[in-house]
Amino acid sequence: MPALSPTMEEGTLAKWHVKVGDTVKSGDVIAEIETDKATMEVEAVDEGVVSAILVPEGSEEVKVNTPIARLGGEGGAAAASAPAPVEKPAVASEAAAGDPEKQPPEAAKPKPEGEGATPVTPKVELRDPELPEGVSLVKTTVRDALRDAMAEEMRADGDVFLMGEEVAQYQGAYKVSRGLLDEFGPKRVIDTPITEYGFAGLGVGAAMAGLKPIVEFMTFNFAMQAIDHIINSAAKTLYMSGGQIKASIVFRGPNGAAARVAAQHSQDYAAWYGHVPGLKVIAPYDAADAKGLLKAAIRDPNPVVFLEHEMLYGQEFDVPEGIDWVVPIGKAKVRREGTGVTLVAYSRMVGFCLQAAEELAKEGIEAEVVDLRTIRPMDIETVVESVKKTNRLVTVEEGWGPMGVGAEVAAKVTELAFDYLDAPPLRVHQEDVPLPYAANLEAMSMPSVERIVKAAKAVSYK
Amino acid sequence: MARGQAGTTGRRKANGAADTSSKGAAGPTKEELLGYYREMLLIRRFEERAGQLYGMGLIGGFCHLYIGQEAIAVGVEAAKKPGDEIITGYRDHGHMLTCGMDPKEVMAELTGRIGGSSKGKGGSMHMFSTEAAFYGGHGIVGAQVPLGTGLALANWYREDGKVSFAFFGDGAANQGQVYEAFNMAELWKLPVVYVIENNQYAMGTAIQRSSSETRLHKRGVSFGIPGEEVDGMDVLAVKAAAEKAADYARSGKGPYILEMKTYRYRGHSMSDPAKYRTREEVDEVRKTRDPIDHVEELLEKNGWADEATLKAIDADVKKIVADAAEFARTSPEPDPSELYTDVYTDVAAQGGRA
Ligand SMILES: Cc1ncc(C[n+]2csc(CCOP(=O)(O)OP(=O)(O)O)c2C)c(N)n1
Ligand SMILES: [Mg+2]
Repeated sequence: MPALSPTMEEGTLAKWHVKVGDTVKSGDVIAEIETDKATMEVEAVDEGVVSAILVPEGSEEVKVNTPIARLGGEGGAAAASAPAPVEKPAVASEAAAGDPEKQPPEAAKPKPEGEGATPVTPKVELRDPELPEGVSLVKTTVRDALRDAMAEEMRADGDVFLMGEEVAQYQGAYKVSRGLLDEFGPKRVIDTPITEYGFAGLGVGAAMAGLKPIVEFMTFNFAMQAIDHIINSAAKTLYMSGGQIKASIVFRGPNGAAARVAAQHSQDYAAWYGHVPGLKVIAPYDAADAKGLLKAAIRDPNPVVFLEHEMLYGQEFDVPEGIDWVVPIGKAKVRREGTGVTLVAYSRMVGFCLQAAEELAKEGIEAEVVDLRTIRPMDIETVVESVKKTNRLVTVEEGWGPMGVGAEVAAKVTELAFDYLDAPPLRVHQEDVPLPYAANLEAMSMPSVERIVKAAKAVSYK
Repeated sequence: MARGQAGTTGRRKANGAADTSSKGAAGPTKEELLGYYREMLLIRRFEERAGQLYGMGLIGGFCHLYIGQEAIAVGVEAAKKPGDEIITGYRDHGHMLTCGMDPKEVMAELTGRIGGSSKGKGGSMHMFSTEAAFYGGHGIVGAQVPLGTGLALANWYREDGKVSFAFFGDGAANQGQVYEAFNMAELWKLPVVYVIENNQYAMGTAIQRSSSETRLHKRGVSFGIPGEEVDGMDVLAVKAAAEKAADYARSGKGPYILEMKTYRYRGHSMSDPAKYRTREEVDEVRKTRDPIDHVEELLEKNGWADEATLKAIDADVKKIVADAAEFARTSPEPDPSELYTDVYTDVAAQGGRA
């Protein structure tokens, strides 16, 4: 009895189309079988003469893999080399029936947590590069830091190129790619049509062929049309190919809410992409991290989702000048030290947390601010170390709360540092509504310094 | 990974042209024709055996057989130059066998074993071979069209003279991303040949029920991409058309569309009872248009079909398939330690971070 669907365990032999003595060729219908889903015709796989019908017409609940007929080969020699006449090996190979070798080997099933299946991750100490003596720090906008990162990597590696809407002649919708067309020409700075699904797919295909594309989305809101290629094609193919097909590609662009652009243009995708194995997800705050992490992302052999923030593009920060500034992916940064409460955030919300920390300091609470920088793989160790010191946790994100980044951080901290917590962790996030347009409602919806302060006081019981 | 002998037969140019039905091109030599016969037979026997292993529960999930469409993979392969890439959807076993992947690895991937081309982690719909320039194996209908165009973008970027062949079905031809890719391919003159395998059905939906314009080779008209209809059951016609299209793309003129008229004999996947068409319809195609019978006739017409040669090919193919099935049955399941490999290329980032 052949299995005729992924779920079939037994079937009814509804009708025989052949009888003993008939000669059949491959492709001939020999029987009709009712499965759990439908009635299916069974075709012969080899040629030969039906020598016995083992399961009569009308038999019900015949278990999958029960021999249903015997087929004799035409030429003895040929039949011997090919194991199976009709559908079952058991049919032809009386000798082999019940041979344990015929069954898939009983492989050890992956064991749950801690029983050996979990990977051994070699501990690599990730550090920001040391600043050599005499390196000067130059005030740079996040926008220019990103551009400089791309330009430096394109100079260093001819396989790196940029594609996206308005990236070339228009110099970037947010002017991030300013000057790149002039320096690198139209082959390496490619203006695409408005066709996110398509150009994301082309980018992944080029990456599979060994190039290192930077795919710019005008904003990540529009990347939803391309998320199929980001996840199904870029993130999963290495695994599905057993390690053969790599995709060194960066998907980058502004993410999160700008100002007054309403629901469709204001969404934080960190949790969406952070959910997916095979992707690395980065969301930097300041210009030095924007530059150092984008350079790391471009060099990374894996697909990287790089989430920028429109509201940060124009902000200036110190960036080391004249050195190859590469910041490691997967390492959080403590932006402010404190012992009273741990505030965990990424991207623009880091700035909000730093402001909240100033407010809290006035009230005697010294907040420690942890900038995740990378969402996946997440540096939870740094968060846990901080919580061990402060015993209190508040997470802050622009995205919605349910199934969010803060939810993940809180779950991990609860798992790894439960005994250190003096209060349940609290999450600050966008209200659970599409972002409203009206100024007052928008302000009510977004995380704010006030809300962070309030949450920090709540976990401090103050 | 590459198979060596099989699949490389008969690529030399003809001397002593045969009497064939294909127009234009010089006819094939005996060796070439026997090579096509052998390759198509290998696919058919392999797929029949895969169906059998599925019935035995050794292959799980979805399994889409290529029986009936063999001439397309074989004909295009014959037109390819070394290094040219191919990419297709989930009905991919035929392309893998013709592009030089080891049948053992293909079959062992179907059974989910460590000896499979993806170490058992991809399955029937997701197989790849960088060595054979075979880029999958994709389960999302239509995804291979932008991806294949991206391979062509890499060829264009590197100016390496390679052409990418992107295969997709009549159902996939209605996906929006196909037209996004068409547009960019023509806009940038990318070296890609789109091979539409029009087998008349997308699962249970006949093309007339899904498509306002059923002449799929015309789907490039509004982008300025030339297209033509080809008898996809005639390996020589396929080869001739693919050579012409590849020359066009390789010369920098941009993409080309080939609509291969073909037919699948089996259900969409193993669990498809195929009630949307009659058995007579299937039998009619089998009797009158079968691609393997067609080559056999050509061999006979030229007096090249001596019994001993064909018998030897049959026996050889049978043995390859039997060996592949045996390997696929006995190769062990992947070690549990494989669960967390190949998620990222660098070990440090491999899952399991706290
Ligand atoms: C995006 C997407 N939608 C639906 C499916 C389910 N599905 C798998 S194959 C298929 C039919 C495709 O038919 P066609 O393109 O003609 O290829 P064929 O199977 O005939 O080779 C469908 C609907 C899918 N895999 N991906
Ligand atoms: Mg079809």
